[in-house]
Amino acid sequence: MSNDAVKHDYHIINPSPWPLLGSLFSVVMFIGLVIWMKGLFGIEKTPVVFAGGLLGVLYVMWGWWADVIKESRAGDHTPVVQIGLRYGMIMFIASEVMFFVAWFWVFFEMALFHEHRAGVASAIEEVRTAWASAGSTDPNGWMPAGVEAVSAWQLPLLNTLLLLLSGTTVTWAHHALQEGDRNGAKWGLFLTVILGAIFTSVQAFEYYHIVHHHLFFNEEAANAGLYGSAFFMATGFHGFHVLIGTIFLLICLIRLMRGGFTPQKHFGFEAAAWYWHFVDVVWLFLFAFIYVIFGA
Amino acid sequence: MASNASVVHDHHHDDHDHKPGFFARWFLSTNHKDIGTLYLIFAIFAGLLGGALSGLIRWELYEPGLQVFVQGSLLDQLNVFEGKHGYNSVVTAHAVLMIFFMVMPAMIGGFGNWFVPIMIGAPDMAFPRLNNISFWLLVASFILLMVSIFVPGGPGGASEHGFGGGWTMYPPMSANKGSPGAAFDLIIFSFHLSGASSILGAINFITTIFNMRAPGMTLHRMPLFAWSVLVTAFLLLLSLPVFAGAITMLLTDRNFGTAFFDPAGGGDPVMYQHLFWFFGHPEVYILILPGFGIISHVVSTFSKKPVFGYLAMAYAMVAIGFVGFIVWAHHMYTVGMGFNLRAYFVMATMVIAVPTGVKIFSWIATMWGGSLDFKVPMLWAIGFIFLFTVGGVTGVVLSNAGIDYSLHDTYYVVAHFHYVLSLGAVFAIFCGFYYWYEKMFGIKYNELLGQIHFWLMFVGVNVIFFPQHFLGLQGMPRRYVDYPEGFAYWNKISTIGYVITAIGVVVFLIMILESVIRRRKAEANPWGEGATTLEWTLSSPPPYHQFSELPVIKDEDGHH
Repeated sequence: MSNDAVKHDYHIINPSPWPLLGSLFSVVMFIGLVIWMKGLFGIEKTPVVFAGGLLGVLYVMWGWWADVIKESRAGDHTPVVQIGLRYGMIMFIASEVMFFVAWFWVFFEMALFHEHRAGVASAIEEVRTAWASAGSTDPNGWMPAGVEAVSAWQLPLLNTLLLLLSGTTVTWAHHALQEGDRNGAKWGLFLTVILGAIFTSVQAFEYYHIVHHHLFFNEEAANAGLYGSAFFMATGFHGFHVLIGTIFLLICLIRLMRGGFTPQKHFGFEAAAWYWHFVDVVWLFLFAFIYVIFGA
Repeated sequence: MASNASVVHDHHHDDHDHKPGFFARWFLSTNHKDIGTLYLIFAIFAGLLGGALSGLIRWELYEPGLQVFVQGSLLDQLNVFEGKHGYNSVVTAHAVLMIFFMVMPAMIGGFGNWFVPIMIGAPDMAFPRLNNISFWLLVASFILLMVSIFVPGGPGGASEHGFGGGWTMYPPMSANKGSPGAAFDLIIFSFHLSGASSILGAINFITTIFNMRAPGMTLHRMPLFAWSVLVTAFLLLLSLPVFAGAITMLLTDRNFGTAFFDPAGGGDPVMYQHLFWFFGHPEVYILILPGFGIISHVVSTFSKKPVFGYLAMAYAMVAIGFVGFIVWAHHMYTVGMGFNLRAYFVMATMVIAVPTGVKIFSWIATMWGGSLDFKVPMLWAIGFIFLFTVGGVTGVVLSNAGIDYSLHDTYYVVAHFHYVLSLGAVFAIFCGFYYWYEKMFGIKYNELLGQIHFWLMFVGVNVIFFPQHFLGLQGMPRRYVDYPEGFAYWNKISTIGYVITAIGVVVFLIMILESVIRRRKAEANPWGEGATTLEWTLSSPPPYHQFSELPVIKDEDGHH
């Protein structure tokens, strides 16, 4: 292929196997998930097919992004291509924000209109009773009967501080990288990854605490399943994003250790940092609304 | 496209017009034009399938009583779409196929991929690999949908295959009680995949349009089709994740014991409807906006005049996109929401008629005093304007909460959205297909066959859907397999319309076949001076990689 005549800086990519393979494995993965949940075509419930598909998808992600890094090193990521990558990442984060809108929407609908559930809206006597505790002397305020909310000022506060701290360490790493202080960048990034991992552990411990002590799941709270659903969906989806962000940062750390990134060109790192800040901000909203304002 | 994937060097082309081998070219593609062609082939295939399903619906409704979805029928023996549940499954599959696998792939994936980069003077999309996974994820999504048809799904247990809860998938119909089998779980994942496909595509289009416009191609000089895809991409980007969230909650309600939409746990099925329509309303604009772009180009080309009120046309689409996000609850007036809320949604919905009116009147003003040439694409464009106006006016009728109380879920609604979609969006797709056929495939279609296709479709769809207004006003509800004698007359007419339309589709296929066999060589610009956008400056078909030297846009009038 003769590219002598090309007089622009855009990145024309050669044919790639990853999109086709990725789609193939996602079909396997999702059919596998249905087999795991319900069984399909006479196949008993088993996670095997799902695991196979998932491994395939992970393999595709690995190969695809490895190609991107190779192309970047080959000089394909000209300034205009880098601007494109920035637009792409911003748009991706925007769509992720809208994903969280769905969980918050459900949570606010529940928390703001709880009196609705206690009133004529529900035809079920038990549900009306369960949600009728609004304005009572119950320390939980509006909480449905039987639900004991997690206190905001214990583990959630610790988690807030952990994430805010990790926001500063990732900024430290960024500035160090820009100054050419690679050691400082490694330390900053290393600490960010560790803080992310601690956050996930604390969150896991909090979940264990909730489940073990039946805070949401007891006989009295049987008609308040919505609270646990909304709580776990919002915080769990966020926790999943923390995990993704931590892996993203970890990969950046490994690339840094192996000599990747320059003070001028390190968009992979910046994208990870943006993503991390996004996860951080979502947590602040979760903390403010789910734990503090509509919490215990 | 015209030649098979050969590596023979053509000296008349540029040096870099060098195509990869067949498998790499069509399965591992990173070329926006090839991916666009794949999308168009996929859309035609899905459209034929979805059209065949609507044939089953019209056949069943030809007269009162049960004809097709009855024990012992062919479908029953094939164990697919059996019984009355089969009718519901067919209605669901028809809607999903037409919306997600026909209109969206054709408009955004097909024409968007083909012409947005060319119109803005770019050599390809911003992320060519991502572009390809958008296409293949759609195929993956399609496979899951097809599998679901053969999997138990209905409330009657293992003998009822497929999901029958409609494309809106309201719980409790979509909860375990209404659809206990695995079919609906497959549909949820199918939507996850097609959603991912569309979100990635949207990111790609936004980045391409913001970052890769040729020197001098400012946003205010950008052709209206590129504008329409830009607005559409934002709608996709911001509405689809909410939908993904809603169906994820359906999934956990079904399989992991949550109670989001289960009243017994304090949940609320109406909450699902809000989440769904927050996506669903922008979605219907996603279906029609690229069509607006296509119509603007065609009307301007065949009137030999620039589009009247170019900037107003562009910002009307932005306004429609914006207002489209705040009118969703007009789909659910009858759920028992408060009076003030209904009043707000009536007002907001009616406001949309203003920017839409700007567009309709500007198209007419573009034609006014122009040198009109009634070639096939122009026929489709004028057909679109007429039919979309009819559908738009019934939309204003339905936007009144009071009137909607009696028309909700009747055939009046069916007639309304088929006028704007099946007659609006689909006419826009055919319009674009004929307009760009030579450009894309390098061969000419037969003018007479194109005209016959248009007139058969125009008459056919009107005969199908106009009587459905009467059925709706008489009170015939949607999604019922049978109806009383009183509705028989207009239903019979409607089915006759389907036959006329189906003949039109056959003519369409003959048109393609004839052009492929005859291989009349295309011109770079068959439409003359009216066609001013950049695609007409290239050969037909364009070189494998166009604009190796970026075009520079200077004049302000020429390019929209």
